[in-house]
Amino acid sequence: MDAATGDLPVQSHERELTSEERYYLASQWQLMWRKFRKHRLAVVAALFLTMLYVVAASYEFWQIHSTNAQYNDYLNAPPSTIHLFDADGNFRGPFVYGVENELNLETFTREYAEDTSKIYPLRFFVRGDSYKFWGLIEGDLHFLGVEGDGKLFPLGTDSLGRDLFSRILAGSRISLSIGLVGVFLSFALGCILGGISGYFGGPVDLVIQRIIEFLISLPTIPLWLALSAAVPARWPPVQVYFAITVILSIFGWAGLARVVRGKLLELREYDYVTASTLAGATHAHIIFSHLLPGFMSYLIVHLTLAIPSMILAETSLSFLGLGIRPPAVSWGTLMQDAQNVRSIAVQPWMLTPGLFVIAAVLMFNFVGDGLRDAADPYR
Amino acid sequence: MNSDAVLLEIKDLRTYFHLDEGVLKAVDGVSFNIYPNRVLGIVGESGCGKSITARSILRIVPAPGKVNGEILFHQNGSTVDLVTLSPHGPQIRGIRGREIAMIFQEPMSAFSPVHTIGNQIMEAVLVHERVDKAEARRRAIELLTHVGIPMPERRVDAYPHEMSGGMLQRAMIAMALALRPQVLIADEPTTALDVTIQAQILRLMKKLKSEIGMSIIFITHDLGVIANMADDVAVMYLGRVVEFGSVRQIFRNPQHPYTRALMKSIPKIGEERGAKLASIQGTVPVPLDPPRRCGFADRCPEFIAGRCDVDVPPLIETEPGHQVRCVLYEN
Amino acid sequence: MWGYVLRRVSYMLLTIWALSFVVFVIIQLPPGDYLSTYISSQQAQGNTFDDAAIAALRRQYGLDGTFFDQYWKWITNFLQGDMGRSFEWNQPVTVLLAERLPLTMILSISTLIFVYIVAIPIGIYSALNQYSLGDYVFSTIGFIGLAIPNFMLALILMYVLFKYFGLSAGGLFSDQYATAPWSLGKVLDLFQHLWVPVIVIGMAGTAGLIRVMRGSLLDELGKQYVVTARAKGVRERRLIFKYPVRIAINPIVSTIGWQLPRIVSGETIVAIVLSLPTTGPLLYRALLSQDMYLAGSIVLTLGVLTLVGTFISDILLVMVDPRISFEKKA
Repeated sequence: MDAATGDLPVQSHERELTSEERYYLASQWQLMWRKFRKHRLAVVAALFLTMLYVVAASYEFWQIHSTNAQYNDYLNAPPSTIHLFDADGNFRGPFVYGVENELNLETFTREYAEDTSKIYPLRFFVRGDSYKFWGLIEGDLHFLGVEGDGKLFPLGTDSLGRDLFSRILAGSRISLSIGLVGVFLSFALGCILGGISGYFGGPVDLVIQRIIEFLISLPTIPLWLALSAAVPARWPPVQVYFAITVILSIFGWAGLARVVRGKLLELREYDYVTASTLAGATHAHIIFSHLLPGFMSYLIVHLTLAIPSMILAETSLSFLGLGIRPPAVSWGTLMQDAQNVRSIAVQPWMLTPGLFVIAAVLMFNFVGDGLRDAADPYR
Repeated sequence: MNSDAVLLEIKDLRTYFHLDEGVLKAVDGVSFNIYPNRVLGIVGESGCGKSITARSILRIVPAPGKVNGEILFHQNGSTVDLVTLSPHGPQIRGIRGREIAMIFQEPMSAFSPVHTIGNQIMEAVLVHERVDKAEARRRAIELLTHVGIPMPERRVDAYPHEMSGGMLQRAMIAMALALRPQVLIADEPTTALDVTIQAQILRLMKKLKSEIGMSIIFITHDLGVIANMADDVAVMYLGRVVEFGSVRQIFRNPQHPYTRALMKSIPKIGEERGAKLASIQGTVPVPLDPPRRCGFADRCPEFIAGRCDVDVPPLIETEPGHQVRCVLYEN
Repeated sequence: MWGYVLRRVSYMLLTIWALSFVVFVIIQLPPGDYLSTYISSQQAQGNTFDDAAIAALRRQYGLDGTFFDQYWKWITNFLQGDMGRSFEWNQPVTVLLAERLPLTMILSISTLIFVYIVAIPIGIYSALNQYSLGDYVFSTIGFIGLAIPNFMLALILMYVLFKYFGLSAGGLFSDQYATAPWSLGKVLDLFQHLWVPVIVIGMAGTAGLIRVMRGSLLDELGKQYVVTARAKGVRERRLIFKYPVRIAINPIVSTIGWQLPRIVSGETIVAIVLSLPTTGPLLYRALLSQDMYLAGSIVLTLGVLTLVGTFISDILLVMVDPRISFEKKA
């Protein structure tokens, strides 16, 4: 809008090229949703993320094997191949062959070969390893399984003969939730401190500003590493999980707080806030009913973009053995087996947990970008 | 005003933006002539296409705008159609700033914040003339003096944020007039300024116009300014000229319902106190895939069903030099 | 100018003090203290201590005092260059750091330069050729660069170099130079090895900076002053580099110091994976063996270096262009 608006005693809208009349009647959220829907990549990414989180929440059902089941005949086995036609070219539906292994005495690696005489068809909704869903409900129903003695390892196994695919699903619960919980914690801290700082200004602002600057100017990884290393080894997994989340948030809130503060400083100058103050509104009323709605969309964008950095941080810490610790499973701990070139060269499938990390982070970035464009009123 | 002396002929100018949502016809069949030493006022509400018309002439329409029609620039006996030139080519660049210059609405944002005023004025000279920097600087100082900026030797090295809006608008005028152009396009040059400053700027423009002997296309939504500055007036609505005439004709005898509504919306001295100012109902629609009908039909108090909404009314000459695009004057 | 420098110095000192405090808290976090670790390590080697000897040691290390006494003892020793001994390496921490810190600095500064030299031209290109093939290619690389954990990028690069080129990407020196004293050959050898870690560490920062540069240039390209310059008849390429590019670059260059913490962070992890002779692996081993004093010293040193680096870049920028500090404040 520019200064021209309102000079004529005729209602006018200066946004010459972009406005559409029906837009004037829509609320801010409807507008955002409409613009977001146009961002095809972001919509696809949002669907994909929703899927990931649904699977993470109910991974027991999607697993083929239970998280810690070991198959001694299948140590370091490569991903199984799913066939549709048997050796004679007859269509048999999806199935796997039986697998034989032999130790190569020259290279001391196991070599796996398919035995085409044994055919094990795949079945959906099968009874398999029993599990306790969220540690509460007993069950043994699995989405996918194999008939008889056949074994399906879609992404291969690790050195103890555990199914990597099932373990990645199990790891997704920790890796994906730590981003959400960590960002929620940072968000609470960032909002409270950034909000106080931006709204009240003055000496309070100065002190909080200094703290934010302090945190932002430090290299976080060494500090994260040191703090995580200080988490006692005898703590149970749940406690370690929360400790790591808190550690990530301690240094993560500063960036968010700075964003909140900057936006509040900007909004505070607007006339409607002055008007509200003159009308005798309380601080809380102004913050919650005038300022927060004004930048909620902005905040959501920043939150969406903050989640991936939490996921990356957890993965890195766990990869180095200083974050989540076995027997708890996260995408980072799964990659500990791939710490050197030789193991990657022999078992490249051990890198697949990393592909899940990349996919999740990419999708979050796409959604964040889509939201940013949608939330920007000047586009 | 005979047609031999015409400087700039705009014929059926159409500037369309092909967007995902449809075709936005910002300018849809605008024609007018510019004569030496005369001021054409283009008046209309925000979004009526007057700024895009101005930018179409200099071929600086923002992407993805496409300019069609004819813009004939007559100069020393030869004629160039600006529409046929490449918008980044040397020919149109030679005309911009030297033959046709432009000043803008918000002087604060029209100057680069990280370069000095002098640097930006000197650039206008250096782009078109082979002179050295010292000479360009001398010219810049002279121009600043000319537009009434005090202490020009100091101000030449000032950054935009160090100057007031009025001073910056003067500096912008100096920059536009650096090469004594034949046509000056002024796109709402006083809108962002205080009323007293507005009057000063208008006076300055009038003075410079007679000194240099140039034509001005003056774009504004302020009828008071039009009455003060213009010789001829084009009233625009939704990408089309709806009424054209001399300033006298337009103010004494407004004919299009839109022009009449505009006239009623300005307060007049001598009117009864407390009387309500008339306003036009509704808002300017967005010309996105506009139907073939009178653009003002929805808001027009004299709307005739079956006539206003079936086709675009033609421009009808109601008296010499006075044209109206309205079915009320058909027959 | 001097007022600004003075103010920045005092902020920096305050920040360093706060950091030292945080680091000391971290050192104190694990159960047991320096001395019990020391004693148990000595006992493991067969040495025994009586209670009187332990009490003497406690006094000597200031461990009999309060938390603040201990902090004071540690920080004064640190300032005098006494960072204690590493149990695992059985060497003074200062000696260990002196070997590795210069390489950390070389690596970080090279990465910083790499990030800017690569990101700014690509960002400009992408903005000027929005939605072109090149723009899409760079955007895709950028998205992946931001999404890939840098330890994984290091692993993949190492794997590719090993598998297809038969090269070992680990380390910063060839075998014959690894323990040799510094020479011209060693310097050249270093530069031959430097590019792998520089790309890996700089990837995310480069990707991020390309997007910032592209976005802010796109914003500037639509500004009124660009139209003004165009209306003057200035040539398109010239006006774009004189006005919007210049204005879009300013905040990016003036926040050069903000990149340093990220680079030092990334360097730590990548150095561990690529086993570079820098401070990263040293910190890692110290942490795994709970050698908290060594770890704390490394964290504090890295933090101080980052802060000093940021400070130097800020001051240099103000000296080069006084308007930058003004803009930063505005």
